[in-house]
Amino acid sequence: MIKAILIFNNHGKPRLSKFYEHYSEDTEQQIIRETFHLVSKRDENVCNFLEGGMLIGGSENKLIYRHYATLYFVFCVDSSESELGILGLIQVFVETLDKCFENVCELDLIFHVDKVHNILAEMVMGGMVLETNMNEIITQVDAQNKMEKSEAGIAGAPARAVSAVKNMNLPEMPRNINIGDISIKVPNLPSFK
Amino acid sequence: MALKIVKGSIDRMFDKNLQDLVRGIRNHKEDEAKYISTCIDEIKQELKQDNIAVKANAVCKLTYLQMLGYDVSWAAFNIVEVMSSSKFTYKRIGYLAASQCFHESTDVIMLTTNQIRKDLSSPNQYDTGVALTGLSCFVTPDLARDLANDIMTLMSHTKPYIRKKAVLIMYKVFLKYPESLRPAFPRLKEKLEDPDPGVQSAAVNVICELARRNPKNYLSLAPLFFKLMTSSTNNWVLIKIIKLFGALTPLEPRLGKKLIEPLTNLIHSTSAMSLLYECVNTVIAVLISLSSGMPNHSASIQLCVQKLRILIEDSDQNLKYLGLLAMSKILKTHPKSVQSHKDLILQCLDDKDESIRLRALDLLYGMVSKKNLMEIVKKLMLHVDKAEGTTYRDELLTKIIDICSQSNYQYITNFEWYISILVELTRLEGTRHGHLIASQMLDVAIRVKAIRAFAVAQMATLLDNAHLLTGNTQRNGICEVLYAAAWICGEFSEHLEEPMATLEAMLRPKVATLPGHIQAVYVQNAAKLFATVLRGQEGAPADSTVAQETSQLLIDRLPLFVQSSNLEVQERASCILQLVKYIQKLQQKDVEVAEEVTALFAGELNPVAPKAQKKVPVPEGLDLDVWINEPPSGSESEDEGRKSKGKAVFAKDESRHTKPRYTEVDEKELAKRREVRKAEQANNPFYIKASPSSQKVYQDGVGVEHIPVVQIDLSVPLKVPGMPMSDQYVKLEEERRERNKADKKKKKDKKKREKGEKGRRRRGDSGPESEEDITPAHMVDIVTEEMPENALPSDDDDKDPNDPHKALNIDLDKPLADSEKKLPVRSHRPDEVLKSPMEDRQVVEVVPEPKKKTGKEKKEKKDRKKSKEKKKKHKQEEEEDLMGAGSEEPVQPEETKEVAAPPPASTPEASDLDFWLSNAPVPSNPQAAAAPASTPRTASGMAAVAPDSEPEEAKDTEPEETKSSTHKKKKQKKEKKKKKHHHNHSDGAGDESVQNGTVEEEEPLPPMSNYALLAENSYIKMMKQDADKVCDIQGNLQDGSQVVVSVIFENKCDSFIKSMEFNVLDSLNSKLQRPDGAGPHDGLIVPFQLPPGISNEARFIFSVQNIVMPQKLKGTLTFIVKTDDSSTHEKLDFKLHFTCTSYLITTPCYSDAYSKLLESGDLKGCSLKLEGVNQPFHHLLARICFHHHFSVVERIDSCASMYSRSIQGHHMCLLVKTADQTVSIDAKCDEPGLLGNVLDEIKLTFSQC
Repeated sequence: MIKAILIFNNHGKPRLSKFYEHYSEDTEQQIIRETFHLVSKRDENVCNFLEGGMLIGGSENKLIYRHYATLYFVFCVDSSESELGILGLIQVFVETLDKCFENVCELDLIFHVDKVHNILAEMVMGGMVLETNMNEIITQVDAQNKMEKSEAGIAGAPARAVSAVKNMNLPEMPRNINIGDISIKVPNLPSFK
Repeated sequence: MALKIVKGSIDRMFDKNLQDLVRGIRNHKEDEAKYISTCIDEIKQELKQDNIAVKANAVCKLTYLQMLGYDVSWAAFNIVEVMSSSKFTYKRIGYLAASQCFHESTDVIMLTTNQIRKDLSSPNQYDTGVALTGLSCFVTPDLARDLANDIMTLMSHTKPYIRKKAVLIMYKVFLKYPESLRPAFPRLKEKLEDPDPGVQSAAVNVICELARRNPKNYLSLAPLFFKLMTSSTNNWVLIKIIKLFGALTPLEPRLGKKLIEPLTNLIHSTSAMSLLYECVNTVIAVLISLSSGMPNHSASIQLCVQKLRILIEDSDQNLKYLGLLAMSKILKTHPKSVQSHKDLILQCLDDKDESIRLRALDLLYGMVSKKNLMEIVKKLMLHVDKAEGTTYRDELLTKIIDICSQSNYQYITNFEWYISILVELTRLEGTRHGHLIASQMLDVAIRVKAIRAFAVAQMATLLDNAHLLTGNTQRNGICEVLYAAAWICGEFSEHLEEPMATLEAMLRPKVATLPGHIQAVYVQNAAKLFATVLRGQEGAPADSTVAQETSQLLIDRLPLFVQSSNLEVQERASCILQLVKYIQKLQQKDVEVAEEVTALFAGELNPVAPKAQKKVPVPEGLDLDVWINEPPSGSESEDEGRKSKGKAVFAKDESRHTKPRYTEVDEKELAKRREVRKAEQANNPFYIKASPSSQKVYQDGVGVEHIPVVQIDLSVPLKVPGMPMSDQYVKLEEERRERNKADKKKKKDKKKREKGEKGRRRRGDSGPESEEDITPAHMVDIVTEEMPENALPSDDDDKDPNDPHKALNIDLDKPLADSEKKLPVRSHRPDEVLKSPMEDRQVVEVVPEPKKKTGKEKKEKKDRKKSKEKKKKHKQEEEEDLMGAGSEEPVQPEETKEVAAPPPASTPEASDLDFWLSNAPVPSNPQAAAAPASTPRTASGMAAVAPDSEPEEAKDTEPEETKSSTHKKKKQKKEKKKKKHHHNHSDGAGDESVQNGTVEEEEPLPPMSNYALLAENSYIKMMKQDADKVCDIQGNLQDGSQVVVSVIFENKCDSFIKSMEFNVLDSLNSKLQRPDGAGPHDGLIVPFQLPPGISNEARFIFSVQNIVMPQKLKGTLTFIVKTDDSSTHEKLDFKLHFTCTSYLITTPCYSDAYSKLLESGDLKGCSLKLEGVNQPFHHLLARICFHHHFSVVERIDSCASMYSRSIQGHHMCLLVKTADQTVSIDAKCDEPGLLGNVLDEIKLTFSQC
């Protein structure tokens, strides 16, 4: 079981938090802070596993994380999950984000956290891995987006125009977590079909 | 229309959307909180608007704010509104918000049931998908119960996208609603072989998760999983399955044997590290489960260790970490294989990665020997000094202590060294493990008698330097050590060189700043020291003034402790103060008191095992739950308070403070008992004999002559100056060993010389000395901890009773009983009845229902016996002739069916497993794998014949039980629903809309109740008692002619009411269902008693023939009112009114089915107009839903269609319209009489309010 999925940046600002067990808002923030604290002080070239913090479940659980440019992707899992498998899953997740946002960067996650949630929902459901095939995930996400667009129809047009205008004066959209640039050694998990 | 929408959206487009909100927050870095609070105000405004798009936008923003830590639960109702939007876009936003912030105690969740059900059956697969995803995050027991059937249907949906989600969510449903596991399991099992790999993977996922918690119930699936393992190419699935096998092998060693070969093949062939790693892990689990002695074991272990070494040596830190992790599992059973890689592991201790160092530390535990312990600990101590961050240092500290104390200090050769290590550890800053060090100090000082003198000296130094430990507030954890130091110095004060100095140190004013429990120990042990000091001083010829001065010191210093806020300290201090004052008086009269004072603390303390108290067996014939004296009422709480306080005082180290004194038992008796016990132990092969010396210790109270002879090795000085001493010990130890070796060599040489030429070959004895050669510096006698006589060995001490997975420990092999074919309904009422407080005090009356049950149980027992015999026979036959056994199959399962929990091996499938495990050859290639896989198939095919024939049989044997139990369950479901409405009236928040699902208005609904006053006792004041009855009548879907009446009995007087009997005069049309054998005029006994002020609910079943007309039944309730001195019979008459509404059952209906029904033309119409109804439309609907058991099919503005069904299957449709306080209801039903009556009742409902 996956207990929680957290994405935060190098400064500990949460970009996505998904808890599969209920905690109060305060505890959630505390968990995020604690996790950030644990993860951020680790060097780049140490292992990606960490004995869980005090807050989520304690010793039963592990934190498995990856650091991509400005973002940390942290999965808190219990002993039933394969450590390397989850690392692979994080990779699939990031690659999927990359496909869906076309060169994903932190800003995409900041402004479209709802979309990230929707993508995640196609991969993990209620703490269990639902789908690991990237093409399948993208197909489903696209189909749903298409539905959304068709529902908006003409009514959605003005809103889209406005948001396009608003985005125009967005300060440079720095593409700073272009994951293509940073080569990550993925333990060979060749056939996650 | 379209234009209007466009116009609306143009108005909206300058509303803030999520992106604007995020941008705004980023632009207000300084006053973020203030900005967000204005945003929240805006959102609140937006939520008040009617436009669902605006609401959805607001909810979307709230989801973002929730992530930032803002509580958004206040908007829960709006989230539900957005969820129920018909547009996917908004629905998705709503479900996302719900999944982020709903949880079990969110009240509005109960409003979502129907909406979710509707979404689950939506023709659009993404509506269904989004609902499933959302539900997986916030499913509650109620939702699980209500939706389990719908989700089960979805498991066979045509679209794999839905199937896999439905399969996956079943796990959550099982957790919340364990009763659904058995009925759903066959379908779940089917999904293991689903053509779609995603669905298959989901099913594997769910079963693995279930099996991890209760593996033994899933053993029978092993052949199926084995087949999957040999055929699947999906690494995710393979990993899951292999992990599952790891959990199963400990239960079935034969499975392990079968697994080893394919796993080894996988290890050799796979290129995926994740898979390789899991294979190695499972092979390790297999090896652990197998008893040693298999020839090719060592090969497998070697393979694993070798592969792990490769992982550990890899430059990838992740692999290194995992390699160490797996290595530690091997360590437990095959330490030798791991020890050969010691170099590698020690190397990992220096790794820069903390996770890796921690794993390496774990491994060290198994690497130590007598020889290298000191060396390893020295290395660890270096790490302790270097370590940054308290967590790692604390971890090191615990590891050092673990390593040293493991298996009863087996590897420690020099305890002085160990004590000095402990003392060194006390200098760690900010450690949390002070108590751990303290307990080690105590343990060693108590159990290793030879070390006491040394320990006491060290502890005295510690006490003297207490300011070093307490000076810094950060070091609070470490002052626990002083607890141990004070106790050791006090208890073994005879070893102190300067007891007076220590006494002085223990009474310094600074001590008063220590935590209370430590002060208490200080005070108590100061008294012990005082006794020692006195004895020393009086023995000496010196004048008595010195002794008096000592007393004066105590008298001066103790008042400080008498003022302590800690009760324990206060009590001890004032007690001892008075004692000392008295002693001083005696001293002034020149009376020798030392003897008496010492006698206060005489006696040896023996260590007691931590669980000893728990393990004392209860003597035969002693019932601990029986009252010794009848308890006076009202004193319980006080008692408890005292108890808990007592606990708090003695909780700390109780093992060490319990002085086992055997004063009551005289010596002879004791000796006799000892003899008996010894004989018993000698004959008992399971008794682990302690070393003879420890037995002796037990025998003697004082045991002075049994203090083991210390062979003081002169090379080890008793006192080493300076604080960090452990290193010196290491050096000394080395020297000592060298010398020993040299001595031995000398001896050997002597022998050799004596023996002549024979020993020549062994010359140059430079090889590593073996373990046995190292003689401990002290002949230490490690006292074993005491356990009570006849202690029961039990391993279930550590089980967590709150584990939710316990409820899922359900036998899945047992064929489904008739009553289980449909999803059962959670039973909750019977439990409540059982919990009725009356039953604690008085003998439970024999009530009809439990009677039935016990009868059934008896029957089951008999059956079990029978089936056991048969099973044995059956098994034998199966072994002899597998095909022949098939002929018996159809009979057998019927027997096992009634067995409550048959052992796994008894079911047909488990015997398949036996067969699979024992006979089938291990396939060496996939083709061969087909053979064993198909054999169990045929066998289970034969077994499958059985369940088909069995329902009939079951009905024949006990038609009554099965039928009524199904009814009961259904009924309970209904009841629970009702009850909830009832309970939530106080909340007042439109919970009634549960049934209609259209919740767009925000105004709270007025409270409603279906419970109506049935009868009330008229002579309240006269008798000072009153029983008041309220009732609710509900139809029962299960049987066309049954109605369940729930009656709440409430005792309003202040006496007990018991022996309630409920009776009704049957009419031609309706009859009260009485148990078999009861006459038509007998009453039903109400299965509980009522203490004052308590209410409880009972249900009665009526059979009704004609439901078209409302009817009234007359009845009486008789009961006994029991006061303190007398009891009186009372009776209460009532009239039970069966309205036509009570024959209706809330049945959801979907709009397409509804329109078909109307089109069919079978229904006859009727209509009704209500004038002057001035309540909001949704209230009106809720009222109809609630009071008349309808459900809303569709609602458009001020017009709604509703549906209900009678218990005899009549359809009833309503079209409700409202305009200007006028409500018109057009109704259609296939039974006009019923319809007319229902409409009349609806009219009545609205005329009343």
